[in-house]
Amino acid sequence: MAHMAEGGSRPVQILERLGQAITAKILRLGFAARFLFYLVLHSGVAFRRFGLTIREIYFAGVLSLIIILVSGLFVGMVLGLQGYETLQRYGSSEALGILVALSLVRELGPVVAGLLFASRAGSAITAEIGLMKATEQIAAMEMMAVDPIARVVAPRFWAGVISMPLLAALFSAMGIFGGYLVAVQLIGVDEGAFWSQMQAAVDVREDILNGVIKSIVFGVAVSWIAVFEGYDAPPTAEGVSGATTRTVVTSSLAILALDFVLTALMFAGGNA
Amino acid sequence: MPPFVSPAWSVASSSSSIVEIDQVSFGYDPARPVLHGINLKIERGSVVGIMGQSGCGKTTLLRIIAGWLRASAGSARVLGENLGDLDEARIFALRRKMGMLFQFGALFTDMSAIENVAFQMREHTDLPEELIQDLALLKLESVGLRGAARLMPSALSGGMARRVALARAIALDPQLMLYDEPFTGLDPIALGVIARLIRRLNDAMGQTSIVVSHDVAECFDIVDYVYFVSAGQIVAHGTPQELRRSGHPFVHQFVAGEPDGPIPFHYPARNYRGDLALNGAHG
Repeated sequence: MAHMAEGGSRPVQILERLGQAITAKILRLGFAARFLFYLVLHSGVAFRRFGLTIREIYFAGVLSLIIILVSGLFVGMVLGLQGYETLQRYGSSEALGILVALSLVRELGPVVAGLLFASRAGSAITAEIGLMKATEQIAAMEMMAVDPIARVVAPRFWAGVISMPLLAALFSAMGIFGGYLVAVQLIGVDEGAFWSQMQAAVDVREDILNGVIKSIVFGVAVSWIAVFEGYDAPPTAEGVSGATTRTVVTSSLAILALDFVLTALMFAGGNA
Repeated sequence: MPPFVSPAWSVASSSSSIVEIDQVSFGYDPARPVLHGINLKIERGSVVGIMGQSGCGKTTLLRIIAGWLRASAGSARVLGENLGDLDEARIFALRRKMGMLFQFGALFTDMSAIENVAFQMREHTDLPEELIQDLALLKLESVGLRGAARLMPSALSGGMARRVALARAIALDPQLMLYDEPFTGLDPIALGVIARLIRRLNDAMGQTSIVVSHDVAECFDIVDYVYFVSAGQIVAHGTPQELRRSGHPFVHQFVAGEPDGPIPFHYPARNYRGDLALNGAHG
């Protein structure tokens, strides 16, 4: 009988746990949304004292340049090789410039730069804010009547939002250069055809602007996740490490999901 | 167990009180209150210790005084303001009249010692940069660390970091100073330096200071009055001299550092024989 009673309550317990887990996630999402609202509302300092934001742009953006530029170069070189391999089968290897450029400015530039930005800068922002909390620096700031969201969080958030499109643009530019090196210098595709076809086929609004919009959206998403996870991290070594991991995982998934949604919207807009 | 109360202090006038805590209760979880029915008054210009074993609620009490936590019952008046009536903006305004030294200093690790001290001046005043630098140097001089002005927190010893944090806390000449375990983890020399600085700065700057600590010897040397907290309640209070003579069992155990007494050595547990299976379980 006891076994039956336990067996009978088990599905209920599982449902309860599932319900609690889902409710907790929704509550946290709501808290994150309120956090973003408060952050945007208290962003005055980040713009009035723009030096604070510039400093964070240096840490989030400038220090990410190496990984972005090197990755962009290699991605562009691989695109050049793979693209040539496919296009030559159809006798249209001169279109390699178009393939490299469109792949980069529409998709790979914003997405790969976003993933790298989340891993390099997002994790650093989370760890820094989390450690400031764990070592009572955030509490000390509050005790000094300084709002840490305005003084610490907002400059980092806006630095991420500003840096991300610039990094994506540099990633794409470097990728195109990598594609050029492989296609023109290594394989011997005609240089004039490579650049002129690219120039003719890439549209500023349809391709470049859409890529820029994507990178801005990814910048907002990654920066929001990074500052929120840092600020909400339990003030322990384990808490900060968990928050850093969550930043990278959640940001990466958010970038991929948002990329699909934005691409679908942009295609729908283009077809309409 | 009746609380030990100093007769002289219990009749003190409230007109000179800078902190008045009246029947304050608080719990992070309503089912498990951390503080219940706390009453205390802190006179202007005094140095008052709040003492008790770890986890007894003394830091929670300090956070209520700082306006960090709101009492779930009772009232807390600090610097003439009822904290329960204040919104966040007014709490922040009130905190400009307070300073706090955190347990491990909580220095901003990306700023040098002088930048840490200048932080509040830059945030809250429009003083010219040269004057801010001079004032920050004056504050560092008052804690004996003008020579360490350009050092980063990672280059400071624990005692030095605590002194820089003290200079930062007094940067805007607060009326009320809060010290959260200021002696933790310090060597005897640094501990003595911090203790003397607390007293000297309090008297020189006309402050009022609240020191949360469980370091009996150093605390008793510098405070005018002590409140003992145990299990979320004030169990005794008086001057250090009165408390040293007190026959109150908790005070006696705490001051003498005895391992057993009203605070038992053993955490509550089941029957010992039962835990060791000595009741015939092994046959």
